[in-house]
Amino acid sequence: MFNVAQIRGQFPILKSSVRGKPLVYLDNAATTQKPQCVIDAESNYYDVLNANVHRGVHKLSQDATDAFEKARDTIQHFIGAAHREEIIFTRGATEAINLVASSWGRANLKPGDEILLSQMEHHANIVPWQLIAEQTGAKIKVIPMDDTGTLDLTQFEALLSSKTKMLGITQVSNALGTVNPVQYMIEKAHQVGALVLVDGAQSILHQTVNVTELDCDFFVFSGHKLYGPTGIGVLYGKKALLNAMPPYQAGGDMIFKVTFEKSTFNHLPYKFEAGTPHIAGAIALGTAIEFVQSIGLKDIAHHEAELLDYAAQQARSIPQLRVIGQAKDKVSVFSFVMDGVHPHDIGTILDSEGVAIRTGHHCAMPVMDYFKIPATARASLALYNTKEDIDALFVALHRVTEMFLK
Amino acid sequence: MSDLRELYQEVIFDHNRHPRNFGKLVNANRHSEGFNPLCGDSLDLYLIVDNNRIIDIKFEGQGCAISTASASLMTEVLKGKTLQEAEQLFEGFHQMVTTGETPSIDLGKLSVLAGVSEFPARVKCASLSWHTLNAALHNSTQPVTTE
Ligand SMILES: Cc1ncc(COP(=O)(O)O)c(C=O)c1O
Repeated sequence: MFNVAQIRGQFPILKSSVRGKPLVYLDNAATTQKPQCVIDAESNYYDVLNANVHRGVHKLSQDATDAFEKARDTIQHFIGAAHREEIIFTRGATEAINLVASSWGRANLKPGDEILLSQMEHHANIVPWQLIAEQTGAKIKVIPMDDTGTLDLTQFEALLSSKTKMLGITQVSNALGTVNPVQYMIEKAHQVGALVLVDGAQSILHQTVNVTELDCDFFVFSGHKLYGPTGIGVLYGKKALLNAMPPYQAGGDMIFKVTFEKSTFNHLPYKFEAGTPHIAGAIALGTAIEFVQSIGLKDIAHHEAELLDYAAQQARSIPQLRVIGQAKDKVSVFSFVMDGVHPHDIGTILDSEGVAIRTGHHCAMPVMDYFKIPATARASLALYNTKEDIDALFVALHRVTEMFLK
Repeated sequence: MSDLRELYQEVIFDHNRHPRNFGKLVNANRHSEGFNPLCGDSLDLYLIVDNNRIIDIKFEGQGCAISTASASLMTEVLKGKTLQEAEQLFEGFHQMVTTGETPSIDLGKLSVLAGVSEFPARVKCASLSWHTLNAALHNSTQPVTTE
């Protein structure tokens, strides 16, 4: 049974207050709060387990390595990867995309090749591709969307050709909440021989992901958006592809043998994990995933969908409010503008009521350009949010209209 | 709550709704662009400076209430001032919004923005127009950003 009060009890920060008001945290697309078990897992590592991994014959190093590698297994099963060595620890989604763009891109892209991205990508899934396109002479093509924030699939198919070498697509848009039909898009991209990188930063906490069923070639996400720590994230890649790719960073852990003449590289996943990793973070990410599994993504999705509907209904009480992103298939994100009030002012007034939302371009400037707005205000949901949170949001929004639009 | 009222005073709403000196100055001899990448605010500032004096000044752009009101108030206060006076006002204003202290120089109607110092996240909104002014007066060709 999904019990939101019991879940909230596990998040210490949700008991705090801001500017004398109880914290109403609705900035989950930026980062989620951490349950006590994750905080404990991280500090427990330093309390009783701290040692470097893969390097010591001593017991502590072995225990730390076991805990670290167990987290990799947890992640593998969570996303349905076929092999544990397909799970590479990175600093986050951003680093994972940079790894693929740089390592795979440099080895495979030629002048005239095309990288297909969508209009609603986060800057993290645009800029790394731009850099590699500049270096290799490849071109970027953009899948357009319509004014509900839904991708135009006819255009998508028209853009696909034998020149398309990579499709970079977000599963869920952080600025709009749109859920993209990635399964279908992957199939189409594969038909022309392109690879597909799915950005799962905003989907991984709202829906079940199975990379084997999706048949995506790469999948990335960040721990901190999944109730885990900052500074840790994941790259999933198909084994054959990862094996064929050159190393991204070089150093300790990623080598077999080093002489000044030549070095040979370690096998997967270590080939891509140069240097001492964020051991505590990886272990605590494993704990965060176990936490999510213990509640169940199906129930979480159901709970969040109810809240999103409730917010959409409440929004009708404010005629000046315009929802940005009205795709049929949408999760978690309630992005909006208000006639006559800049999102930044909305953010400050909401903050004075203890309501934390994000205002700005959400690292998705092409989305803002499309809607011809400088910014939006965005409330985004997680499993611990409640109807009371949405009510607090709208009480504060009515205060905005009183102050600005009376 | 009192802080919020301090921040959003009637004068600020007024200047936000009806910004003064809004538009292009066709025969400007100084021009500069300001940009706040965090919130997407942008500002174009035009001046006519003659014999060390600001003869005319206008601005264009889009921004939040704080940045629009601040730019509007700035243009009102600066019209007719010498460059030295403008420099002193810039320093006094900067001191007020960053530290909350009352500067030695009289800021006149600019003091309605004193409440900004209680909202560190908004200091950049209030200062954007002033940093843009600084660039225009020092003939910088680089767009100014608050980051
Ligand atoms: C869709 C999407 N992709 C990528 C990222 C980048 O994540 P990180 O900053 O954790 O690397 C984000 C974060 O906002 C995101 O929303």
